[in-house]
Amino acid sequence: MQILVNEKLLEFPNHYSLFQVRDTVAPNADLIICNGTTCACNQTLDGTERIVLIQRGIQPNVDELEALLLARHTPEVHQPLKNATVGIAGAGGLGSAIAIALMRCGVGHLIIADYDVVEPSNLNRQHYFLDQIGQPKVTALRETLRRINPFNSLQCENVTLDCDNIPPLFSEVDVMVEAFDCPEAKAMISQCWLRTFPHKPLVAASGMAGYGSSNSITTRRALGNLYICGDGTTAVQPGSGLMAPRVGIAAHHQANTVIRLLLGIDPIEEN
Amino acid sequence: MEITVNNQQRTVDTSTTLSALIDEMGLDDKRIAIEYNRDILSREQFSTITLQAGDTIEIVNFVGGG
Repeated sequence: MQILVNEKLLEFPNHYSLFQVRDTVAPNADLIICNGTTCACNQTLDGTERIVLIQRGIQPNVDELEALLLARHTPEVHQPLKNATVGIAGAGGLGSAIAIALMRCGVGHLIIADYDVVEPSNLNRQHYFLDQIGQPKVTALRETLRRINPFNSLQCENVTLDCDNIPPLFSEVDVMVEAFDCPEAKAMISQCWLRTFPHKPLVAASGMAGYGSSNSITTRRALGNLYICGDGTTAVQPGSGLMAPRVGIAAHHQANTVIRLLLGIDPIEEN
Repeated sequence: MEITVNNQQRTVDTSTTLSALIDEMGLDDKRIAIEYNRDILSREQFSTITLQAGDTIEIVNFVGGG
């Protein structure tokens, strides 16, 4: 019988067991994933299994990382994400968290643009580090994203975005993400994007300052192909600054909305 | 005359411009996006549109933070 092991189709005697496959292919493997589930117990195989064998503590190569993501997410989820291109406008509290979530999910192509440099005041909520202060945010974020997955396509642009450069830079994306801080920029990209690419969704955020209830942050379809994550009202003001938890909640609402759009699932309705 | 703004009926004077409606609602025209009878508008269009009875308008107001 033939079994897919670490994404390679290999021949084994009929009724071979999971542990026999491991002992044949990778005797040092101490993590066995069979059909997306970690297996500690031996089992007889029938040839329909997809097996991933991993040795803990060893950095996976491109094929092994692919196999791990595939096993975790299932092919029906992994393949569309791997083939997808997502644009992220802004690499602050929202954009850095969204980029990391999408890279961890295995989104195949990310295009990220931001004009700013990392400052000490960013560290309360943005995914940067003390030793990155002074670097352009896209340079610092690229380094972090590469540590998560060095193999996926990643385009980082150190640029101030406006309605002239947004369409050419992001024309190939399947889904666009608004991750700006300033409300004027949020309005600018919404008008620009929805008018230029009416059929490509824009996932924006509005209202995530302070430490109000987590449950006030929602995802809604606002108009056209515009989705908005946030509570819609809580602006940055004295006494209500931006903090990691709620910015992170809004960012991950956005990231999950992107995933659902890429998988062809309505972002709002329960399925 | 009657128009619909964000799914709610609203009465406005005839010959009200979209810009006047934005002011009346206390909104900043630089921080909003508008869908006017299914068309997404650019900001330059806000002052050029005179509202008509039966218009359907969706307005998104963005607040700062990210």
